[in-house]
Amino acid sequence: MIRLEGVWRTYRVGEGEVHALRGADLEIARGEHVALIGPSGSGKSTLLHIIGCLDRPTRGRYLLEGREVGALSEEERSLLRRQRIGFVFQFFHLLPRLSALGNVELPMLFAGTPAGERRARAAHALEAVGLAARATHRPDQLSGGERQRVAIARAVVMNPAVLLADEPTGNLDRHSAVEVMALLEEMNRRGLTLVVVTHDPAIAERAKRVVRLADGEILDGRGSWVVDRGSRETDPPTTHEPRPTGGGWE
Amino acid sequence: MRFVDLLGFAAGALRGHKLRTSLSVTGVAVGIAAVVALTALGEGARQYVVDQFAALGSSLLVVFPGKVETTGAEPFGGVTHDLTIADYRMLARLPRVRRSAPMAVATERVRFRDRGRDVPVLGTTADFALVRRLEMGSGSFLPPGDPDQGGNEIVLGLTVAKELFRDENPLGQIVRVGPWRFRVVGVIAPRGQSLTFNLDEVVFVPVRTAMRVFNRTSLFRILMDIRMRDELALAKRDVEALMRERHRAEDVTVITQDALISAFSKILNVLTLALVGIASVSLAVAGVGIMNVMLVSVTERRAEIGLLKALGALDRQVLAAFLAEAVLLAVAGGIAGLAIGAGAVRAFVGVYPSFPASPPAWAVAASLGLSLAVGVGFGVWPARRATRLDPVAALAPR
Repeated sequence: MIRLEGVWRTYRVGEGEVHALRGADLEIARGEHVALIGPSGSGKSTLLHIIGCLDRPTRGRYLLEGREVGALSEEERSLLRRQRIGFVFQFFHLLPRLSALGNVELPMLFAGTPAGERRARAAHALEAVGLAARATHRPDQLSGGERQRVAIARAVVMNPAVLLADEPTGNLDRHSAVEVMALLEEMNRRGLTLVVVTHDPAIAERAKRVVRLADGEILDGRGSWVVDRGSRETDPPTTHEPRPTGGGWE
Repeated sequence: MRFVDLLGFAAGALRGHKLRTSLSVTGVAVGIAAVVALTALGEGARQYVVDQFAALGSSLLVVFPGKVETTGAEPFGGVTHDLTIADYRMLARLPRVRRSAPMAVATERVRFRDRGRDVPVLGTTADFALVRRLEMGSGSFLPPGDPDQGGNEIVLGLTVAKELFRDENPLGQIVRVGPWRFRVVGVIAPRGQSLTFNLDEVVFVPVRTAMRVFNRTSLFRILMDIRMRDELALAKRDVEALMRERHRAEDVTVITQDALISAFSKILNVLTLALVGIASVSLAVAGVGIMNVMLVSVTERRAEIGLLKALGALDRQVLAAFLAEAVLLAVAGGIAGLAIGAGAVRAFVGVYPSFPASPPAWAVAASLGLSLAVGVGFGVWPARRATRLDPVAALAPR
């Protein structure tokens, strides 16, 4: 399903170079639930962006469902994102001017789905995350947990193969976090491949497999089903990235 | 992506910033309103002048001294002959001329008792009333007779009569022009602006007397009414031939009314274009305003752009979405401006009903096209900036 072979991602910073990923090898099978963990700057978000076709490896190969993504055009990668990949973000990224329903409709809008079908599918997706009653509410009228559930509905409404979540609970209280994770796992049980980037050991623990990164390298989890509960204290203690004050647009 | 959805998405984004949107729309509206109103007024002015000339009668020849084509270079040894009453008498005898009238003009103070008024004094003959189709309000026009005879009769324009005589009957009264005394024989009916004069504001005296009063040796013009309209060109040639013979030089200019109309029409068209050019400056300013608003919008909505890309929006869809916003702003401004401009023109016509101002169809079409072009032209760059954003960077919290 997902296969990375010797993937490097190098950024040019001024005169020098920064290696966000150094020769990462990773294979994720269809239907897996994988957690990517590691300290800030370890490259886990970069890895997620590459898997999500938002970014391209500087070196190495990335195959999604057997297709070499690095060789695809910008437009083909856009279409892959549209049809095969769903994203869930830490800061929800809902459009404030649209209702919950409108936000869920968004991917279908750009896919050219007719309005009637769009509405029906969006309503159905909202129902699946338990927010049918909130369909007409705008994001600022929803709680954090509800917003993330709307975002999940949006991520799955195109029936993707892979669901990628970048710190999906990083901005939520414990209770909402559990709710959101339960929902993501429910989607995983229905067959979606789920990849979650997290700082939170409690969240990582729920995954069937944990892949740990440090300094752009994958430390373990190479093809094996490792859940390394013993070395949890080597993870950074839950140093959540500070929540930006105001100015957020979600 | 469907076109309706694209417009809906763009309109939704604009609704999110009502103040900013309405200010941009206002900017374009002002520009378009200026274009529409000024074209309408310019076009109206042209139409007005053309109508005025047409009202003169369509078979008029005008002769005046000097050659238009040779300004600065005096023809044939530097002699420019006066256009004299003798010339007029000969021209009047041409077979194709039905009637003709000489004109000598100067501004003089006309006085009655202690009231005085500086007005154009037209020296002419009885035929002037026929050539120019003047109607009398009271009394009669200058008496017919030998143009070399002179006389002390004076005919007043309506405004002049009112100003000098208030409620008194001017007929038979004596007025002074300089040291000369004239007897009022008639007042013409209201006529208004015609050719270069407001005929309500002038007085008429016999031509010979006028030239003596003005101390002039040359006529200002000779007007000729030609019998057959389709012989206008022939008549013109007759006049030119006769004058060449009499003066031994081509030192008069003969123009037909058509030439006069088309000359004025051309001048006023250029004037209209100049006005539109000035108005277009405000439209360009409005376009820069749109560009500015769209650039701010792109900067503000980085995360949204990143999200759209993550959701699988193609670059050209992102481009189209932002371009659609700019175009909506501009076209909304265009429609509002059209309404404002047309309203302003209507109000103007309400105040000056005789002025035939209305936005020409081409101006309406052009201003809508122009607003569309402003939207696209000034929207492309911000929209391109939006598509060039790297989705990963755009999604990162700042």
